[in-house]
Amino acid sequence: MTNTTKPPSPILKVWDAIWTPLLSVFVALLIAGIILIITGANPLTVYVSLLEGAFLKPGAFAETLTIATPYILLGLGVSLGFTAGLFNIGAEGQFYMGAVVSTYIGYAVTGLPAIIHLPLAIIGGALAGAVWAGIAGYFKATRGAHEVITTIMLNYIAFALTDYLINGPLRGKGSAPRTPDVLDSAILPKIFSGSDNLHWGFILALIILVGYWFLTKRMPLGLQIRTVGANPDAARYAGINVNRTTVVAMLISGALCGIAGATEVLGRYQYMPAAFTAGYGFDAIAISLLGQGSPIGVLIASVLFGAMNAGSGFMQLQAGVTPAIISVLQAFIIIFVAAPAIIRSLFKKN
Amino acid sequence: MNKSSTSPPTADPNAVPVLEMRGITKRFPGVLANDNINLDLQRGEIHCLLGENGAGKSTLMNILYGLYQPNEGEILLNGKPTKITNPKDAIAHGIGMVHQHFMLVPTLTVTENVTLGLEENKGLFIDVKKPADRIRALSKQYGLDVDPDAYIKDLSVGMQQRVEIIKTLYRNAQILVLDEPTAVLTPQEVDDLFHTLSQLISQGKSIIFITHKLREVLKVARRITVLRQGRVVGATTPQEADSAKLASMMVGRSVMLKVDKDAAKPQAPVLSISDLRVLSERRTVAVNGVSFEVRAGEIVGIAGVEGNGQAELVEALTGLRHIEQGTVKIDSAVMPNESPDAVIEAGAAHIPEDRHKYGLVLSYPIRYNMVLSTFDKPPFTKGMSLDEGMITKNAKDLVKKFDVRTPSEETFAGSLSGGNQQKVVVAREFSRPIKLLIASQPTRGVDVGSIEFIHKQIVAQRDAGAAVLLISAELDEVMSLSDRILVMYKGKIVGQSEAATAKREDIGLLMMGTQKN
Ligand SMILES: Nc1ncnc2c1ncn2[C@@H]1O[C@H](COP(=O)(O)OP(=O)(O)OP(=O)(O)O)[C@@H](O)[C@H]1O
Ligand SMILES: [Mg+2]
Repeated sequence: MTNTTKPPSPILKVWDAIWTPLLSVFVALLIAGIILIITGANPLTVYVSLLEGAFLKPGAFAETLTIATPYILLGLGVSLGFTAGLFNIGAEGQFYMGAVVSTYIGYAVTGLPAIIHLPLAIIGGALAGAVWAGIAGYFKATRGAHEVITTIMLNYIAFALTDYLINGPLRGKGSAPRTPDVLDSAILPKIFSGSDNLHWGFILALIILVGYWFLTKRMPLGLQIRTVGANPDAARYAGINVNRTTVVAMLISGALCGIAGATEVLGRYQYMPAAFTAGYGFDAIAISLLGQGSPIGVLIASVLFGAMNAGSGFMQLQAGVTPAIISVLQAFIIIFVAAPAIIRSLFKKN
Repeated sequence: MNKSSTSPPTADPNAVPVLEMRGITKRFPGVLANDNINLDLQRGEIHCLLGENGAGKSTLMNILYGLYQPNEGEILLNGKPTKITNPKDAIAHGIGMVHQHFMLVPTLTVTENVTLGLEENKGLFIDVKKPADRIRALSKQYGLDVDPDAYIKDLSVGMQQRVEIIKTLYRNAQILVLDEPTAVLTPQEVDDLFHTLSQLISQGKSIIFITHKLREVLKVARRITVLRQGRVVGATTPQEADSAKLASMMVGRSVMLKVDKDAAKPQAPVLSISDLRVLSERRTVAVNGVSFEVRAGEIVGIAGVEGNGQAELVEALTGLRHIEQGTVKIDSAVMPNESPDAVIEAGAAHIPEDRHKYGLVLSYPIRYNMVLSTFDKPPFTKGMSLDEGMITKNAKDLVKKFDVRTPSEETFAGSLSGGNQQKVVVAREFSRPIKLLIASQPTRGVDVGSIEFIHKQIVAQRDAGAAVLLISAELDEVMSLSDRILVMYKGKIVGQSEAATAKREDIGLLMMGTQKN
């Protein structure tokens, strides 16, 4: 064609993808700051102590990454669902199922060397998550049951089931309701020898992140999943088995969430407590939105959420504000990311 | 041709035009879509906008309607410079638009669609009675015959278009923009539409009309402006021009308006359908005991007014719709029910009627759309991963061969012009070895130059031994391209004839359900 102007540069394209999440975080910080001022706190002190608690204090950054580990995996799980046009609200339940199965394999299966036992426990967690999500996928494909409804219901079942198991058949000897410790051969070892909790699950999460990128961007299966998500009619027309792809996407999504559960119990806790880290699976929906479906985006969003969680304790101590402000902050980020139109109209860009 | 009925004597060329667009320039990333365009519209005239695919017609009209902002230029309404920043402004200034791709909500009723977003709807409760009465009145006044209570999803395409027109009239439009309104209409519906248009201009309304059908242009236009590559390349009138001249003005060369082909040499049957029964979306019988064969090396055309089961027939053949009864065989293999991949595997290609629903993933670059059904096979997949190099090269080649007007193969299918989207679909379906081609409205929305090219390609496929099933609402297309013609009416094949000896009138009658005697 003769009548052309220059196509946009790749840098502009990247900027286009990240400016909404970036500004969302920025505006959320501003609004939370205003709320802090109203409650009589100095936002500067609060944010500085949050930063210290998340990154600067000795061991703080390791703690941030420890919390980011399940976030990365859960965020990827939810993102894969979105890619296939599925809203997997069941990440939390799949996370629980993965954790409980991994724990069980971790302490009940004995006599295996670590090289077999650890992968076995992780795979067990992946399968448990996959099955839990796969149920929703199956009913979506065969009965048209909406995955939002089925995954929510499966969440409740997962909560009740793990609660029963930890208080009943899987309960350890101690006075607190929790499972026995997993055997040494099933533990995800610590990366550093210090007092932090950062374990090899983080490295595993990074490897899986690269695998996720490869799957969605380079593999035909990934393109099939994307096509089903973008236009299911066109996918069907092109000979892609939409039902099968839906189930497969749900299985992978659930497996990722299950692995997240595995890393929590095999790395961070080394048993499964009754009061298991609640809400990560729901945070993951926000992380996925904030990450705009890209693995790098999910990584950054996970570290951000990890930092907010890790720093909130120190922030409370230092600045004397309730950690609830963190929830407020996260909530605003979610609102702005989920409704980018708000941000766009704030920073009119044409 | 009766021009006086559509051009009222009231139009005075020296009067202040109701609309003037001056020096409009619009750039998209990589494309100069409008380049210093001047256009004016007189009160009570139909002004036709012609131009090849991607010439910038829709863009210019979208600017008028406030959907895009021009980079340069101004719009004058009744001589007054006016800024139109969004469709609301446009509507407030009496501009109405019927888009190339309709913008109705299928699950809402006519009344709900027509009043959607209007101020009178802003209260707590929606008054449906008054609007419905007004719609009924408008419908009567312009002979549109629209039922305000019907759901959009139950209406034929022609009817939906009338709803779009009513929508603009309901908002008191004085200037109407119709972007390829006849692309999806049956000949009868086109006549009805022209009747409506002549009523509209006799009431002092003014119309900009975009179409690729030259016969229509000559019939309804008072003035004609031709665009090419974003620029105005000429203006003429039906008195001065004929089809051939318009065609060459559009594409800058002379165009063969007739299909040039040898007699068919049919071989063994490729597609055999027997006693096929298929239900419609509404679970009524759409295809009722249809049987026919298409042989290698022949083009079988199905003529028929749209909505007589052709769409369902094609969907059933291609595995997209459930077959209630009967069989579809490709070569000697019976196709499994509802299995598009088996049909593709058997060597069938399918140009779907609805390019936005089935044909394209609008959010994908052209590159991926060109390999939609083949990306998981060699040469586009090597080992575990996609071969992006091959995928890009394939797209580059096809873009060139099929003259898709696009800045690059990275461009999203959604930002291509309508005709270029169609060319992407056609290019993809012709890009693999095929035994059977099922072409449904293959040239819908495509400019004359590209129609010539696509027709040549279809004939070339036939000559290379493919069996071709052509479904088209354009009787001209069926007549000139087919070797054998079947006529479909109310879900049945009601007539069959050799194209060489078929008479237009006879087929027209069969299409309406009347047997000749
Ligand atoms: N939103 C958009 N973003 C980028 N490019 C666009 C966009 N809309 C249109 N274009 C480009 O502008 C050019 C003009 O497109 P336009 O839709 O106006 O063509 P047209 O004359 O209506 O063609 P057709 O007859 O095929 O409908 C094309 O090259 C098209 O790819
Ligand atoms: Mg157009």
